[in-house]
Amino acid sequence: MAIPLSYNVRNLRLRKGLTVMTALGIALTVATAVFIMALLAGLNRAFGATGDSLNVLVLRKGSTSELAAGGVQRDALQVIKDLPGVAKNNHGEPLVSGEDILVIVLPRKDGTGEVNVTTRFLTPLGIEMRPKVHLIAGRWFTPGQREVVVSKSISQRFAKTNIGDQMRIGNGDWNVVGIFDANGTAHESEIWGDINQLATDFERTVYSSVLLRATDPVSADALKNRANDDQRLELNGMLEPDYYASQTKSGAPIKFVGIIVAIIMAVGSSFAAMNTMYAAVAYRGREIATLRVIGFSRPSILTSFVLESLLLSLLGAIGGIVLMLPFNGMTTGTSNQVTFSEVVFSLRMTPAVVVTAITFAVAMGLLGGLAPAWHAARQDILAALRG
Amino acid sequence: MTLTRFVTKNAFRNKRRTVLTVLSIGVSLLLLTFMMTVWRSFYIDQGTVQAAQRLIVRHKVSLVFNLPGFYREKIRAIPGVTHVVNEQWFGGLYKDDKPENFFAQFGTDPQELLSVYPEARIPAEQVEAWQHDRAGAIVDSELVKKYKWKIGDRLNIKGTIFPLNLELTIRGIFTAPTPTQTIYFNKTYLDEGYAQVKGSEGVFAVLVDTPEDVPRVAKAIDEEFRNAPRPTKSESERAFQLGFIQMLGNVKAFILSICLAVVFAILLVSANTMAMSIRERTREVALLKTLGFTRRKILGLFVGEAVSLAVLGGVLGTLAAFVLVGGMARQGGFLTGMRVTPPTMLVALLVAALVGFVSAFLPSYHASRVNIVDGLRHIG
Repeated sequence: MAIPLSYNVRNLRLRKGLTVMTALGIALTVATAVFIMALLAGLNRAFGATGDSLNVLVLRKGSTSELAAGGVQRDALQVIKDLPGVAKNNHGEPLVSGEDILVIVLPRKDGTGEVNVTTRFLTPLGIEMRPKVHLIAGRWFTPGQREVVVSKSISQRFAKTNIGDQMRIGNGDWNVVGIFDANGTAHESEIWGDINQLATDFERTVYSSVLLRATDPVSADALKNRANDDQRLELNGMLEPDYYASQTKSGAPIKFVGIIVAIIMAVGSSFAAMNTMYAAVAYRGREIATLRVIGFSRPSILTSFVLESLLLSLLGAIGGIVLMLPFNGMTTGTSNQVTFSEVVFSLRMTPAVVVTAITFAVAMGLLGGLAPAWHAARQDILAALRG
Repeated sequence: MTLTRFVTKNAFRNKRRTVLTVLSIGVSLLLLTFMMTVWRSFYIDQGTVQAAQRLIVRHKVSLVFNLPGFYREKIRAIPGVTHVVNEQWFGGLYKDDKPENFFAQFGTDPQELLSVYPEARIPAEQVEAWQHDRAGAIVDSELVKKYKWKIGDRLNIKGTIFPLNLELTIRGIFTAPTPTQTIYFNKTYLDEGYAQVKGSEGVFAVLVDTPEDVPRVAKAIDEEFRNAPRPTKSESERAFQLGFIQMLGNVKAFILSICLAVVFAILLVSANTMAMSIRERTREVALLKTLGFTRRKILGLFVGEAVSLAVLGGVLGTLAAFVLVGGMARQGGFLTGMRVTPPTMLVALLVAALVGFVSAFLPSYHASRVNIVDGLRHIG
């Protein structure tokens, strides 16, 4: 026969101070773990949600980043445009966008220093090929003008990035004319401008990357292989989502430190929970013996105390999650290890994060509760009754 | 029986609880020491004497833009500059693309590199051998340990930023005061394999005659190129490295919040234990009082017990951190060159003592105020 759960709840309530302190300790550990997981979830979303599986990104052979030295020659772009399987838009233009990436330095709004920001130069065709990105204020840049459009997160995080402001790129001042929303994708960390104006300003003769859209998934794969195999073009083609997914490694330092911190804190909290549970068992020696005399079996005593420990840790888990709720959606930045520039992303407490946090807490509760519960169940009845 | 012995006896009367508490505080302090070590090496450590004398000159806009090679001689002409060397980041892959197999590779000028980095120790004949081999390289002794390299070994580095692969021969092994996980090769090799990079350099490392002169020289260099098509940004080696850490995001807030969470967690654990153990001893307290112990003395006994438990945990934690950080620093990665120093350990122990003190104060204060008759009657 099982001991009712209300017995455990009442016991936890009886020793309020002890319960609250132990649960708070677990809550702190859970909060730390949630924080780190939410950071990683946001970062994964920024890169994972970027790219269309019909889009193929073409870089110079051997290169893994749009920022690498050397790139795609202008005449290669013509060849790519004529490849079979390249989709065309309503006006019959092949959907191929030669693009260039620059990194510029912008001061953070909160005065914590200057950061590298990725600036993408493209044609209106390139904008058309990224339907997830849409304008929320102002207008797109006019080709042939020194004009840029910035993402919503960039304009929130950096000084002088509102419509009407000017930013210096190379030797010219570029006007900010619009703000776009990139739906949490990697473009959320970018500034966009006109490629032809840039080519004139910087005397750039190559594109750092070419984006092309295929008519269907089979053609996308064929175009990717075509670009890889062509000896003359010397290119490296990959599906756009794969390219961005490979950049999630930017989260590696956070993940590394995060895992260490979470594990160490969890060990500490388990010891604390164990302490509390041992005390709970010690206080109730006579009570446990009475339960045994009434007829509760050893396994049901064991289960009861493990459950009590789990309740304690669940209380902690809820506390930790509630503690972190205000931070959900907060935007922050880290450096992209591929482009050496800022990635802006939001903390995201996804259902997966919450479930992992609860599992984590339950593990701590089990670890802390098992030994004391075992001890309680094995107690000698007579000795305990005599107290 | 002395008072110290009384405190120790009491501290260990419930062995299991004591061990659990000490371990719990220990792991928390391990984490605290770890975070403080990271903080120290990022923000406090000033590096070697020579590092304080060095400047890094880079393109004003971004590190991804190169500077013209002729800037080197122009920088050399600025008063206060003793040596200038070019450094070109190669960013290639060794073996595979796993992060643990990544180390820095710089193309440089073998004739002058070691004059800019006089603290690196390397036999003169190895330097000479390197200077005579265009495809030669010198490597950090830490990397040699990690990969079991020896002089004469071939290194194949696959280019990612540049469209060529390096086939280098190890000609020398250098030892730096703090491990750098770096190899240096001859920039001419890169120039010949990829002509576009000829005459352009990533950064220049500049050795200035005195540390005091560094700000002035930095300003003079930037002034020199202010109106050039490629303006420069010069900063001390330390500031340059801090720039990379800043790129990781708000590291300061991250570390601080973790430290705060940890300290608070130890406080809870310690307070919990002390509250439990003091409550059990209500009757004893009353007994001590009848024997003539003053309130202050009883307070001191309990606080002393808590502090010694916390400090014991602290000692274990900081020692574990010392071993852990030492082990991880050898693995490479961002912990390279980090070390738990005695001052860091001392701060951690002080934090432990303080936490022990605070955690015991309230419950022991209550205990010391217990009425003798009530205390003796107490059932716990």
